[in-house]
Amino acid sequence: MFFSWDLLFEALMFGVLLGCFYAAVSIGLSVSFGLLDVPHVAHPAVMVLGSYCTYLLASYGWDPLVAGTVLMAPFFVLGMLIYRFYYETFEKRGTEAGVRGLAFFFGVAFIIEVGLIMVFGVDQRTVNAPYIGDSLRLGDYRIPHRMIVAFGVALVLTFTLSAYLSKTFTGRAIKAVAQDEPALRLMGANPVRIKQWAFGIATAASALAGAMLIIVGPVEPAIDRLYIGRTFAIVVLAGLGSMTGTLAAGLILGIAESIVLMFFGASWAPAVAFGILLLVLGVRPQGLFGR
Amino acid sequence: MRFWIPAMVVVLVAAGVALSPVNEYFFYASYIVLTFVVLATAWNILGGYAGYVNFGTAAFFGIGSYTATVLFKWLGAPLVVQIAAAAAVSGLLGFGVGMLTLRLRGIFFAIATVAVIFIMETLMINWRYVGGATGLQLLRPEVMAPFESYTRMLFVVMAAMAVGAVALARWVQVSWIGRGLRALRDSEEAAECAGVPTLKLKLFACTLSGALMGAAGAPMPMYLSFIEPVSSFNLTWSVNALAASMIGGTIHWLGPVIGAVILGTLQQVVTVTISSEVNVLVVGVLLVLFVVAAPEGVLGLLQRWIRFFK
Repeated sequence: MFFSWDLLFEALMFGVLLGCFYAAVSIGLSVSFGLLDVPHVAHPAVMVLGSYCTYLLASYGWDPLVAGTVLMAPFFVLGMLIYRFYYETFEKRGTEAGVRGLAFFFGVAFIIEVGLIMVFGVDQRTVNAPYIGDSLRLGDYRIPHRMIVAFGVALVLTFTLSAYLSKTFTGRAIKAVAQDEPALRLMGANPVRIKQWAFGIATAASALAGAMLIIVGPVEPAIDRLYIGRTFAIVVLAGLGSMTGTLAAGLILGIAESIVLMFFGASWAPAVAFGILLLVLGVRPQGLFGR
Repeated sequence: MRFWIPAMVVVLVAAGVALSPVNEYFFYASYIVLTFVVLATAWNILGGYAGYVNFGTAAFFGIGSYTATVLFKWLGAPLVVQIAAAAAVSGLLGFGVGMLTLRLRGIFFAIATVAVIFIMETLMINWRYVGGATGLQLLRPEVMAPFESYTRMLFVVMAAMAVGAVALARWVQVSWIGRGLRALRDSEEAAECAGVPTLKLKLFACTLSGALMGAAGAPMPMYLSFIEPVSSFNLTWSVNALAASMIGGTIHWLGPVIGAVILGTLQQVVTVTISSEVNVLVVGVLLVLFVVAAPEGVLGLLQRWIRFFK
């Protein structure tokens, strides 16, 4: 291990960029698991599906960011369909939905992963865009442009979503359904439709997150396994359903991971997210900004 | 007796087949199917009876393999010692994970078990003694007298272990422990109020389940003559154990056995005839199909048919 302040500063800077990116990939889960209580372990797999759709569109000459934004529409519909199916088969029947719901999403994650392997193979895929190879020079430091793009999109995504949830009528309804579903029912609203809408939004957000994933680095079908840890660590650390908490937790994970990467080497980095996750579950399961 | 006589017959038949001149490949494939039986039975003790989903089968299995490898490399310990030590270490791991997360809702336990897989994998990747990321080649010891090859011996060992695991699961199911676990699966509060020591029972189930998974992993390095982290801690072990139980049916000890035999055999056939990717796809599709359409598994379907024809 080699220590210098320069290196630490670089790790911090990179960690902030990485952290915002992590927050953006987790924001969908923060809605679907944090607010709606759906054990959506297939969230990272759906995101990787988004990456591959972006890859496909980019191979026709689309800009990956544009592709990701356009993909939000079909993914919104996909999300609504997934929730509807989940509701009809598990939530409606009630008993033992926990075990079977988890098993269902785990199975879905595997189907998506293997489906991608069969169509695209196990090789890593990348996309091309003018902002991908280059980096910004600040004195001695170099910041890759792709990280800045991801950073910007992540901030926009997080703040838009948290504004949507607290300022608009539907957004408040989503928060209400998370807080007290029977009460919402008494007010004459249909919680299932609201949840379906929210799940659609969460899935649309993961389409854009998937586009960023392939902008930031090469993607392979099995990469979703690593992101199970990262996304759940962030959502749990944030406290279920807190959007600004998600950003803060993302930053914590990003900085921690980048420091470990810089000083201990890449082989230790994957364990950081999972270590934080176990620590939070053991010490403070309600998270930092828990409701 | 209704259980023990067939159980003894299974072990004796396995030994008999191992001594007969059956094709070597049969043992090679059956060993994996038997491993599935142990893993699924172990998974069901916590997942089926108590309703806590464990995604960490791969962690317990892998740690079992690595414990065996360390003992073999360090002391040249015999297989029985390796299995016992692997069970102890994995059981301890199960106890630790349980202590940390079994107080929380089931989903948190499930996610924590995924975390354990990756943490253990990272530790092994960075541990030079066991070969790090590149893995370690192992030299099998001499074959013991009556068996023709080492794989045949491992097959018999695994068959005995499968019968042992099923016997343990059956004991848990019919004893007061099983009743307590079923009670807490239906309602944790109600069980606690009725005087069921829920946390203790969950911890016991988690420890026993982890120990059995570790034991199942112990002979694996010898079976392959090789060990490396990525395949030892592969999430496919987890999905297989979970899917076998869900497919067979989780309410009875027979369920995971049926599920594991169906799934394991099907996978061996698919791997040989089509490809190993399709094999994982088969598991995923079957899992989702059964969870959605036949939540009680094969056992539930059989029950319904029997009732229908009566």
